[in-house]
Amino acid sequence: MMRAQALLVAGAVAVTALVAAAVAQTTRQPTAKDLRPVPSFQNIADQQARSIALFEEAGKVLQHPRCVNCHPATERPLQSDAMRPHQPLVVRGADGHGVPGMTCNTCHHVANFDAARVPGHPQWHLAPASMAWEGRTLGEICAQIKDPNRNGGKDMAALLHHMAEDTLVGWGWSPGPGREPAPGTQAAFGALLRAWADTGAHCPPS
Amino acid sequence: MALAIKVNGTMQSVDVDNDAPLLWVLRDALGLAGTKFGCGVAQCGACTVFVDGKPMRSCTLPISALGTREVTTIEGVSGREAEAVQQAWIARDVPQCGYCQSGQVMSAVALLKQVKKPSDRDIDLAMNGNVCRCATYVRIRAAIHDAARALEG
Repeated sequence: MMRAQALLVAGAVAVTALVAAAVAQTTRQPTAKDLRPVPSFQNIADQQARSIALFEEAGKVLQHPRCVNCHPATERPLQSDAMRPHQPLVVRGADGHGVPGMTCNTCHHVANFDAARVPGHPQWHLAPASMAWEGRTLGEICAQIKDPNRNGGKDMAALLHHMAEDTLVGWGWSPGPGREPAPGTQAAFGALLRAWADTGAHCPPS
Repeated sequence: MALAIKVNGTMQSVDVDNDAPLLWVLRDALGLAGTKFGCGVAQCGACTVFVDGKPMRSCTLPISALGTREVTTIEGVSGREAEAVQQAWIARDVPQCGYCQSGQVMSAVALLKQVKKPSDRDIDLAMNGNVCRCATYVRIRAAIHDAARALEG
């Protein structure tokens, strides 16, 4: 009899936990790791203000360590969520892939190697110096990424494709254990920037 | 997983796990123990080999990612640059304990294949990922300059 009661109690606890989890799933509040969806900006009547708000939301990704670490202010990349200088010392080199004898893919191979926590991608490399974001304001980054003289000659269509489709950019959402993924998803990030472009691609004032 | 890989010019059959790092395939499956395990996380350079002629850390390269690319280890590295580095290393008596030296030599050869007359900065940047606990860095740099001069002549 005692055993039957214990089983009933355990069952009730389990059901309660499942219901609580389901409720939490449906009522979960957005966190800093999410991106607001584009429709949630519709209540901003002024188009320029809406455009800037959309860019500022996308800026959560642009200024995240997963992105800034390879858009460093110096020739040396950063690493980790703490954005420490890369160990060992490596530099951008002429083409963003390092220097003779020590290129990015000397250590970073075609995919993350989780056993050693070494990240990887076939195109692993640094952004050009003209696209350094470390220490820049969102307004400065916005001006940079719109400027074909600094962004590698990309027009807006190419820029949006790079942000939303490029698989090295996409690595930011699949960084492997020990590294926080960029907020939201690449699709949500791309949608924010497309909406930003559609509203005039206005930049924050600073 | 049984697979065939080309190492030092010879096709070899190995039966290893998909995610086995190339380093351990070389050392344990093929008995090529000249390539060393240092850190296992691509921080020290002791495991440096060439993959299709380019220096790579073998401790973090799973064998499944190697594909058809050819591996060259310290046992198989050859050519003018390798000979010049070998002679310079002997002349300068570069190694102390020697544990890191196969990796150092592979990186030095890789540098000289691409930069015929490297500056101190070229050498420092290329060799930065090869750690030497005996701190033979000064002799390594001098020996690379020696090798470059020998290759000029």
